[in-house]
Amino acid sequence: MLSLFKKPRFRGGVHAEEHKTATAALPIASNFPLPKKLYIPLQQHVGKPAEPVIKVGEKVLKGQLLAYSQGLISAPVHAPSSGIIVDVNDYPAPHPSALPIRTIVLETDGKDEWLETQVIDDPFQLNPEEISFRVGAAGIVGLGGATFPTAVKLNMGRENRVDTLIINGSECEPYLCCDDRLMQERAEQIIDGVRLMLHGMETENAVVAIEDNKPLAFVAMRAAAEPYAQVNVIQIPTRYPMGWDRQLIRYVTGKEVPVGCRSSEIGVTIHNVGTAYAVHKAIRYGQPLLSRIVTVAGGAVKRPMNVEVPFGTLISELFSFCEVSSDETARIIMGGPMMGDSLPHVALPTVKATSGILALTQSELKNTDEQPCIRCASCVSVCPAGLRPLDMANNIRINQLDAAVDLGLKDCISCGCCSYICPSNIPLVQYFKYASGEVMARQQAQHKSEQTKRLIDARNDRMERIARQQREEELARLAAKAERERLKAEQEALV
Amino acid sequence: MMLHMKPSSGAHVGANSSVSRIMGQVMLAISPATAFGLLCFGWPALNLFIITVLSAVVFEVLCLRLKGRVAKPVIMDGSAVLTGWLLAMTLPPWAPWWIGVVGSGLAIILGKHVYGGLGQNLFNPAMLARVALLISFPIEMTTWANVSPLFFSQSPGFIESWHITFSGLDTIDASTGATTLGFIKTEFSQNRLLSDILKDTSGFLNFIGGTRGSLGETSTLLLGLGGLWLIRQNIIQWQIPVSLLLTVALLAGVFHVMDSEHYISPMLHLNSGAMMCVAFFIATDYVTSPNTPTGQLLFGAGCGLLIFVIRTWGAYPEGAGFAVLLMNSATPLIDHYIRPRIYGRDRKGKPLEIPKS
Repeated sequence: MLSLFKKPRFRGGVHAEEHKTATAALPIASNFPLPKKLYIPLQQHVGKPAEPVIKVGEKVLKGQLLAYSQGLISAPVHAPSSGIIVDVNDYPAPHPSALPIRTIVLETDGKDEWLETQVIDDPFQLNPEEISFRVGAAGIVGLGGATFPTAVKLNMGRENRVDTLIINGSECEPYLCCDDRLMQERAEQIIDGVRLMLHGMETENAVVAIEDNKPLAFVAMRAAAEPYAQVNVIQIPTRYPMGWDRQLIRYVTGKEVPVGCRSSEIGVTIHNVGTAYAVHKAIRYGQPLLSRIVTVAGGAVKRPMNVEVPFGTLISELFSFCEVSSDETARIIMGGPMMGDSLPHVALPTVKATSGILALTQSELKNTDEQPCIRCASCVSVCPAGLRPLDMANNIRINQLDAAVDLGLKDCISCGCCSYICPSNIPLVQYFKYASGEVMARQQAQHKSEQTKRLIDARNDRMERIARQQREEELARLAAKAERERLKAEQEALV
Repeated sequence: MMLHMKPSSGAHVGANSSVSRIMGQVMLAISPATAFGLLCFGWPALNLFIITVLSAVVFEVLCLRLKGRVAKPVIMDGSAVLTGWLLAMTLPPWAPWWIGVVGSGLAIILGKHVYGGLGQNLFNPAMLARVALLISFPIEMTTWANVSPLFFSQSPGFIESWHITFSGLDTIDASTGATTLGFIKTEFSQNRLLSDILKDTSGFLNFIGGTRGSLGETSTLLLGLGGLWLIRQNIIQWQIPVSLLLTVALLAGVFHVMDSEHYISPMLHLNSGAMMCVAFFIATDYVTSPNTPTGQLLFGAGCGLLIFVIRTWGAYPEGAGFAVLLMNSATPLIDHYIRPRIYGRDRKGKPLEIPKS
């Protein structure tokens, strides 16, 4: 009875149709032909873009550093295969805008020749600092989609002495099953990566949380974790957005991360299973992050599958490999259908954040025929953050952005539950993203005008001071002159 | 392949839901009770029902035309039909045609479109219209037909029903009477005691719905089942019906135990008047009720309290309409003060403290 009064461990959320079965049953395709050209953006992570260290025309080997990490929060980029650098220039980014970003173009030579890598016999003898240094040097970022540099998180975990490492194997987005396949096929490597992360953070316990719609992955992971008491594999209910880090932290530990804090401040760090796998490869074999598993699915895909592709592969090549019908494709989405971004075309590269590429048909898409809000409050009941999307949207519609901020606009995680459930097809998340951007732009404009005003005031002060000085000097000069003339007159009088 | 698409953010997929589907489910839920009411009160009731629903649609079209909007897609959302339907359920079954037309006009024009249309109104349109009718036309709105099922020899036939609907009832005394609650109220004023008044009243008939009352409000059983089905379908939440019915039952229980000769029993309260209809289908109206679970509990309890107060001490034997309207006006206030707690923040909106371990 008391449990009724406890904080709910899961609030809101939706259960979307999964569309995973067809893809999750197939092994990860490893026969993807190496593309002729790879377009490798210099920013595939949160933080500052990497800075190139190669020149056009230079020959590089697989795994060779192409661009080094700049600043505290950044990640380096490596050559996904061997070949020749043919260009370093601006190319369209895998983003809804497809605006150009700085990109290295690598023409592959087909040899896939590795740079000599360093295999370590017992990585647990390494210093914890050394682990996070190597993870950082391997260009590993959060592969769940957030792409936050993993080394920074490991360091924060160590400095804050976290007691629990959560490994996110929930993969709650519909269609996506790359983590599911990875856990089924490479469970031992993932668990090894988890243990290396524990060592790197000097943390005792890890919990691998897997949604209960992935029983095979759960069995494989549990078997792989059997020998290690510090790694606990658990099943969690299937409900979107279980994979939201703060949601999963509350579900697993019962702790809630305060607004404005990092999870490590309450003693928890969370990483994705794909990240753990990348850590394993980086520490054990010295291999930097060069490829990832991408789910290609959706109604317009004839051969939906999970496929391991090198970064920089154009989506168009991926689509022809998976036989995507371009006539049936109504929308291309990078990521899952709940939070993913729609892409304007397919001449865009896959990057570290690309967990899936979906080609959805019109019948799979949500109806966009917008109707008036009937205040059914479904959006309130599904919001995992505890917001009232309908009131926020009403305020945004009449341009009352401050009121929307008061209602919690900045706490919105854009999970898409409200848009998903809305019977009136109101694009709520679109409202919130627009408003967040607008609020930021207004704050910047205000900041800019304040700065300008400050500079103008300073200039006015300076000019006034200079004028005053000039005036004083003039007066002094006049006084000196008068004095001189007086003395002169006196001398003349004496003579 | 170049697809020129408008950038759109998630969710790209959606739940299989729409406004018309929700309205359709509510109609499905009230149809057994309505069908039962039509069966009980015969052809005149069917006339009134059709007139009310049709005129609601006509008024909706008229308002949309005035707004310069294409009417057909809006009509298809089903909200006007549902408003007319709910209003018809709350009218005396043999009321003249113009009661239905005026009621629908009040509901659609004053109750809905002056506020800006669907989703914008402060008061429940059907209840607004019913209360306005009750105050304006007290005679017509309190003339309750006897139960006279379809195809019975004493019941009015199809032709006779047109006469009743369009030129009024000739034999008022013979074929009409008081509702259970109205009868009790009148007899209380004669200083009679409850045990004496209720000698001939059957609790079972009240439950099934074979008593005098509004067109579709008499059957506790069918309304309750429809309401439970709606909760199961996740169209309405349990909070409002449960808190409303519980509040009435508790208050009635306490007073009945204290003085069983002057305060009617909880069972009679729950089984009579518009109680079930209001609890499941009127008070739960999305537009005019709060949108948080706690707010809904408060709203339901407020409705229940007001219904009990008006029924027990007010001038009207039935208070559901007034109670709902009063609580409707409190909805914006409830929504302003009762908000869900945001993740990572306390109830006041301040970030949580970092726990010291």
